[in-house]
Formats: sequence, structure tokens, C-alpha cells
Amino acid sequence: MSPDVASSLLDPIVLARIQFAANITFHILFPTISIAMGWILLFFKLRFNATGDQKWQEAYGFWVKIFALTFALGVVSGITMSFQFGTNWPGYMQTVGNIAGPLLAYEVLTAFFLEATFLGIMLFGQKKVSNRVHTFATLLVAGGTTLSAFWIIVLNSWMQTPTGFEMINGQAHVTSWLEVIFNPSMPYRLTHMLLASGLTAAFLVAGISAYRWFIGQRTNAVLAAMKTGVALAAILIPLQILVGDMHGLNTFKHQPAKIAAIEGIWETERGAPLLLFALPNAETRSNDFAIGIPKVTSLILTHELNGEIRGLNEFAEHPPVAKVFWSFRVMVGVGMLMLLTSWLAAWQLRRTNTLSPLVNKVLIGMTFSGWVATVAGWYVTEIGRQPWLVQGVLLTKDAASHVGSGMILSTLLMYLALYVFLLISYVSVVFYLAKKAGQPAGEH
Amino acid sequence: MDLAYWLPVIFAGLMVVSMFAYVILDGYDLGVGILLELEKDTSEKDKMIASIGPFWDANETWLVLGVGLLLVAFPLAHGIILGELYLPVALMLLGLILRGVAFDFRVKAKAHHQAMWNTLFFVGSLLAAVSQGVMLGRYITGFAEGWGAWGFAMLVGLSLAAAYALLGAGWLMIKSTGSLQMRAVRWAQFSLGFAALATVLVSVATPWISPRVFALWFSVPNVFLLAPVPIFTAVLFAVIAYSLPRIAARQAQGNDRWCWLPFAATVGIVLLAFFGLVFSIFPHLVIDQLTIWQAASSTEALSIILAGAAIVLPTIFGYTIYSYRVFWGKAGELSYQ
Repeated sequence: MSPDVASSLLDPIVLARIQFAANITFHILFPTISIAMGWILLFFKLRFNATGDQKWQEAYGFWVKIFALTFALGVVSGITMSFQFGTNWPGYMQTVGNIAGPLLAYEVLTAFFLEATFLGIMLFGQKKVSNRVHTFATLLVAGGTTLSAFWIIVLNSWMQTPTGFEMINGQAHVTSWLEVIFNPSMPYRLTHMLLASGLTAAFLVAGISAYRWFIGQRTNAVLAAMKTGVALAAILIPLQILVGDMHGLNTFKHQPAKIAAIEGIWETERGAPLLLFALPNAETRSNDFAIGIPKVTSLILTHELNGEIRGLNEFAEHPPVAKVFWSFRVMVGVGMLMLLTSWLAAWQLRRTNTLSPLVNKVLIGMTFSGWVATVAGWYVTEIGRQPWLVQGVLLTKDAASHVGSGMILSTLLMYLALYVFLLISYVSVVFYLAKKAGQPAGEH
Repeated sequence: MDLAYWLPVIFAGLMVVSMFAYVILDGYDLGVGILLELEKDTSEKDKMIASIGPFWDANETWLVLGVGLLLVAFPLAHGIILGELYLPVALMLLGLILRGVAFDFRVKAKAHHQAMWNTLFFVGSLLAAVSQGVMLGRYITGFAEGWGAWGFAMLVGLSLAAAYALLGAGWLMIKSTGSLQMRAVRWAQFSLGFAALATVLVSVATPWISPRVFALWFSVPNVFLLAPVPIFTAVLFAVIAYSLPRIAARQAQGNDRWCWLPFAATVGIVLLAFFGLVFSIFPHLVIDQLTIWQAASSTEALSIILAGAAIVLPTIFGYTIYSYRVFWGKAGELSYQ
């Protein structure tokens, strides 16, 4: 390790960023599943209410366990966030607290209590309340998780495209809450995230059902869940590609440096190619190697073959290029795989009511593909905003705390060990529950 | 009305209410987690967990609200306090995470992993409780350094764990029957001594460390006006100590009357402790350094949060009460069906 790298690893700002990134990456995995899973459970419940077919009740009974586990991991990893805003980024609240504060407060007040309280009734109250109340509790939990996503995405979008405020003595003051909430990137980001959640849950349901199908649990309930997951994925993925494209155009308008990093464009050019593969080099400020399709980036972003794309060299401040460039390609690559797999699986299920062994295995392999795409997408948008914490308003380094690096490093190692342990436990328990669901036994 | 004066006061009040709700509510479920280690029988362990199953998640949300209010209403203090408490906060989070996930993993993991998750449930609960006590201890000494201050913080840590165990035992007396209920009485007797000792130590140490707090409590006429606080606390401890053997004797004959008394009395003790603490510290947020007015957000931001809270908080109280009514009475087996 060069001395440069070693000293930057001990830089408290770098450490605080890695620690926050680790926590928020771990956290996002679980809400991404549970936001959409709540609605999928409501769907199972409503199908059962409408048809009386036991398979929907069975599907609900199985997936509610995974939902409970996922929800618990989301809650406890989320508590970490409410503390780390202050411990790692005190300058954040001191500068934009008048905007972030009310948005976070509304998330806790309108969403957290609602989902947490009715989760108890949803999970353990089936015999204690009427079916109607139980269905309603499921609806409130699903609604609560979605509402929570709304508030946090509003805040994140505002950090990317801040509007509706003025700076007085170094502090942001709101001039219009409507402009704060409906800031230019919010509708795109919210839709993009909700669709990402839908896809993550859909591939989880499809993948685990495919696993159960594969090991011989060929019941109506498993088939019904698998069809639900596959159909949902096949419907959502083209929508997601469309919304992702619109989100990109929105970013091109408001955060051109982020787009330049995504596309790996250093010098302003007309007729910019779409780079499929490249090695961006921050030292020479150029790509060491690149393969691309001519003019396509210009076409996508400006709708003209020779449209102008501003290069990174035009911006005094721009994000680290390679990380953004590659995260974007991982996200899009997984998205393309999702399109292919879900359509193939949907076509097979429709035609033969079963899966070919190959597609069956691919679906199992893609059980957690939503996580990869979601995390990669968040890295694009969050690293792409650097060096700003709030675009044009607050630099990340100006918000950092003065906690010593030793303290941050030791707690970082503790969190990392914990997260690896929990992630392994989570994935193995999900598969274990799937395996065990085939055995007739009394279970909690 | 002067908003710049009253809004910070109102938010400090809301924060105290959330923290109080947290200490009582998550206190009893952390307490049950601590007591879990004392119970050897697996099915009895299941019953203990079943008594907190539908509630723990919402209970923990009060912590998010309390810390969230500190963050949004007093951002300056949030940065200072949590920066100072960095290590115990990290350990508390570790405990809360382990405990929260163990709750689900212990019934879903492979049979031979269940013992590990039970242990992690206990370890997480104890770690969270002790860390919270240490945070309190660090806070009331104004983050003083040195062995004495840290020793004191550790003492508060252990005492808070004892108080949570007492709440947990009281909760189990209400929610359980038979042999588990009998054991809960014994656990309550066991934790009661520690909790009482700790209360005395904290009450003596706080004015001893801070001359300002000493002056506040021992000046005339305060010393007479405030006398009911320690007196009532002592009376409530005596009530618990007196009632426990009698409740045990009645239960042996299948009579469940007064089983709620120890829990209620413990709530009273916590309430008095909160009063004492707030009285000593107000209007400071960081003792002798920062007042609520110096740390507060802008009045516009506070007004808009208050408007939401005024509508939403009563709703939260409403459905929380509803949830407790749904699961009223003795806890049955925990089942998703």
C-alpha cells in the first residue's frame, strides 16, 4: 500500500464516508424489499379474500415470515442512521437542518409509528382481529413503508437538486415548502426507487419460488407466488428502463457533471459515443481504453446525433469518474438481465405452466439481483453528487465531524463484521425457510 | 406569545415525553431480553418473547423519535452530544441490532442455531441497556473525563440495566401465568435491590459532581418543595418490596389480583427520576454549556414540525392504545396464523 493510500485511509472524512456508506448500503437492502413486499402481501391477502383459494393464504403465510425478518433488519439498521447524521455529519443539520429536519420528522411521525404498530397486528393478530381489520392492517403497513420512502426520497432529491430556499448567514431557510418537496428531480427519483423496490421484491419472490419449485415443492401456492413475481418483474422492468432514461435526462439538465462521469466524457464533444467499456484515468484526465457505439450518448441525451455533451474538464468540481462510470454499468447490466430473464420466464410460464431447467436456475441465481442493481444505482447518484453533500450548497468535507479516526475506524470494523454476519444469516435463513416450507411441521 | 421562546420549550418537552415513553416501553422489552438468560426452559423462553413480540418494534420507534427530535429541533446539541457519546452509541446500536434481528432469527433459523440467537438476544438487550445507562452517566457529568467519571457512567449503566430488568419482570407478571409468573416475582425481587441501590448512588453523585445541581436542590425553599420527590421514590420502592411476596402467595392460590402493581410502581419511579433529571438540567441541553434556545432550529422549521406533530401524535397514541388492547391479557403462543 502506498503511503498516500494509507494516509487517506486514516483521514477521518474518508473514514466517516466509508462508515456512513457501509451503514446506508446495508440499510437500503431491507426497505428495498419490504416497501414492495408489503403490497405483494396485500395482493395475496386480497386474492384470498376474493377467491377463497387456499393457495393465496399459503403464499401469504410463507412470505409474511420473510417480510417480518426483512422488516426487522430494516428497522434496526435504520436506527443507526438517525444517530449517524449527528455523529458523522454534524455540519449537515447545522447548515440545512431547517429543511432536512422537518422532512425527517414527518417521516418518523407519519410513517415509522404507523408501520411498526400495525406490523404487530399484521404479524401476530390474525386470530385476534377480524379479517377485515387484518387486511386493513396489512394495507397500513404497506402504505407506511411507501410513505417513509416518499419522505426520505424527497430529502435526498432536494440534496441533489435543491430549490425553494435562501441562504441567510450560512443557513438554509425555506421560502417555499412546495418547491422543496416537489424539487426538480423528486418525481423521477421517487418513481425510479419505487420501481427498483418492486423489481427487487419481484425477483426475490420469483427466485425463492423457483428454488422451491426446483427442489420439488411443486404446489399451487408456490406456482402462484412464482407467477406473481415473474409477472410483476416482466411488467415493471420496461417501465423502469423508461423511467431510468427520463431520470437521466433530468440529471443531464440539473447535474451535468454527474452525467459526464456516468458516460466517461472528459472533453466536451458533439456526437458523443455510448461507451460500453472504458478505463477512466483520473491522472491523465482521459480514458485509457474505450469501446463505444458512435453518437448514441448524444442521441439519448440531446435527441440529436451531433448534440453537445459537456465534458468533465469543464467543471471545476466533479465526482470521481471510475466509480460512477462502473456503478452505472453494473446497474444497467443487471437491468438488461432482468428484462431478458423475466420475459423468458413469463413466456415459458404462460405457455407450459412450468419453467425449463435453465430458466429455473437463472431465476434462482437472480434472487437477489435487485440488491445489486439498487445499490449500484444509489452509488451512481450519491458518488455522482460528490464533492457536494448538498449540490452547490454544502461540501461533504465541510459537514464532517471532528471525531478521531481511531474511533471511526474501530466502530467501522465492528459494523462491517456485524453486517457481513447478518447478511450471511439473512440469505441462509431465507433459503432455509424455503426448504423447510416443504416439510409439514408446526412452525411459528 | 413569543415563538422563539416557547417553541424550543415545547420541543424539549416533546423530547422528554418520547424519551420517557422509550424508557418505559423499550425498557420492559429490553428487560425481558435481559431476564431471558435466567430462564433455562426453551418453551418458557418462547413465552417470554411472545409477551413482547407484537410491541418491541413500535417501542423502539420512540427512540428514533426522541433522537430525531434532538436532531431536528436542536441540531447543534445533537452534534455535540452524539459526538461525545460516539462509542457508547455505537455499542448501543450493536446491541439493538443484535437483539432486533435475534428476535426473528431465533424462530426461523435452523434448530441448532437457536441457542446462539437466544444468547445474542440476551447479549444484545444487556449491551443496549448498559450502553444507554453509560450514555446517561456521561451526559449528566457533562462528559467529564477521568476514571471517576467513567466509573460513575459504568455504574449508571448497570443501574439502568437493573431498572429495565425490574420493568421486564413486572411486565412478565402481568402477561404470564403459572411457573413463569412465579419466577418473574423472584427476578423482580432480585433486580429491585440493584435498582434501589443505583437510584441512591445516582441521586447522591449528581449533585456531588455538579455544584449547580447541588445549589438547585439544597437551597431554601427548594429543599422543602422538592422533598416529595425522594420521599415518593422511596415509598414506591417500599410498595414493590412489600407487594412482591404477597403477590407470590396469592398467585400460588391462583389469584392474579394486583399483578400489575410492581410494574405500575416502577413506572412511577422512572417518572420521578425523569422529573429529577429534567429539573436539574433545564434549560440546558448540554449541561452548563448550551441552552435549548442556543441550540434550537429556526422558528419556521419548528412551527412546521409542530403543526404536523399536533395532528399525528394523538393519532399515534390512539393506535398504540388500540394495539395494546388487541393483545390485551395473558400472552399466548406467538403465531403468524
